[in-house]
Amino acid sequence: MKNLIDILDITTEEIDALIDTANDIIENPGKYNEKCRHKKLATLFFEPSTRTRLSFEAAMLDLGGSVLGFSESNSSSASKGESVSDTVRTVGCYADIIAMRHPKEGAPLAASFSAGVPVINAGDGGHNHPTQTLTDLLTIKRECGRLSDIKIGFCGDLKFGRTVHSLIMALTRYENVEIVLISPEELCIPQYLKDILRSQNIKFTETRTMESVMSELDILYMTRVQRERFFNEADYIRLRDTYILTPEKLEDAKKTLCIMHPLPRVNEISTEVDVDPRACYFKQVKNGKFIRMALILKLLEVK
Amino acid sequence: MNIDPINNGIVIDHIKAGNSMEIYKFLDLDNVNSTVALIKNVPSKKMGKKDIIKIDKEIDINLDVLGYIDPDITVNIIKNGVRTEKKHLELPSVVKNVIKCKNPRCITSTERGIPHVFKLTDKENRVYRCMYCESSAKETV
Repeated sequence: MKNLIDILDITTEEIDALIDTANDIIENPGKYNEKCRHKKLATLFFEPSTRTRLSFEAAMLDLGGSVLGFSESNSSSASKGESVSDTVRTVGCYADIIAMRHPKEGAPLAASFSAGVPVINAGDGGHNHPTQTLTDLLTIKRECGRLSDIKIGFCGDLKFGRTVHSLIMALTRYENVEIVLISPEELCIPQYLKDILRSQNIKFTETRTMESVMSELDILYMTRVQRERFFNEADYIRLRDTYILTPEKLEDAKKTLCIMHPLPRVNEISTEVDVDPRACYFKQVKNGKFIRMALILKLLEVK
Repeated sequence: MNIDPINNGIVIDHIKAGNSMEIYKFLDLDNVNSTVALIKNVPSKKMGKKDIIKIDKEIDINLDVLGYIDPDITVNIIKNGVRTEKKHLELPSVVKNVIKCKNPRCITSTERGIPHVFKLTDKENRVYRCMYCESSAKETV
């Protein structure tokens, strides 16, 4: 593995190894706090992101390395018209590894051809966000103890949510994964993803309400229903309220249910749920840092 | 209608009727300074009707381009009035700088000097997707 551009670029064995490293970091953080001493991570964020950028920076700092970079394209030479290839070639002269977010789809892949150092895709438009998927996989593994033999419900905006698409694609590679798609008709997953699930014989069902399937789920992956996707305000309000997760809706859920959300949340998970031991979305945020630490170690070939 | 046989050159045969103009453009035959015949709707036992292109000169042909447009095409090399080679085409696994991605959100829409690369992702349905943004060629052409 030289770069991480797309989650499907890496094997399930490589994912397992990253998860093992992340778990070891969680257990023994002291073992890792000097591993990247004198190494530099460049965070090139051509569009703003708080959580992902801070997660990468915290990961590198916890490994004893240092960080440099920019958090919006206005403060980079991209605003002068420099190409992505030239920018990363230059940054590759200063840094040992690059984490890059860019509004254009495929920009990190193009960057990886000329950077000369490993490139991590930290989100390219609505296309890919592989470190979020690694975060999700680590969370599932830690909470459920396995990535196979799970029943996972995705709820909310399944049409535009790239985190949902990437996680579904990643899960198709594990045994006996059953997927329940909970969304309004207007926001169901794209046809091409359904075709992939069918062609790979992945069991999936579609439903309009979370209550009808709640008791069966091992994982509930919530997403935000976005107002701007609706033509009709009344429809938005009706559907938004349908998908608010409350303690009452969790009454029938398994004691071991793992509730996830890529965040930011608006109102789709009631804050009362935060104290429920099954709420894992803030653990997910923490896991994001640990899996990024594991990824940086792997790409820098630090033992 | 009679078209003179060629001595040294290339005959692109079994072109799906109606596709010859597209191939003419893709191969940039406008800039070939020898005789080029584009014959449309030729009766064919196998295909019903087909198009043929004859080029009275040996030129380098990008077989990947032809394979991408129509893998059923055959390319005959003629030397001294005799066919010396008959090439059957295949769908290429990758086409580089043949088609351009038209997705405005794709990095290729703004980045200078990077190749436009499409990969074959579904052989059965002949689906090619942009290496960068995964838009299908059908959506982008």
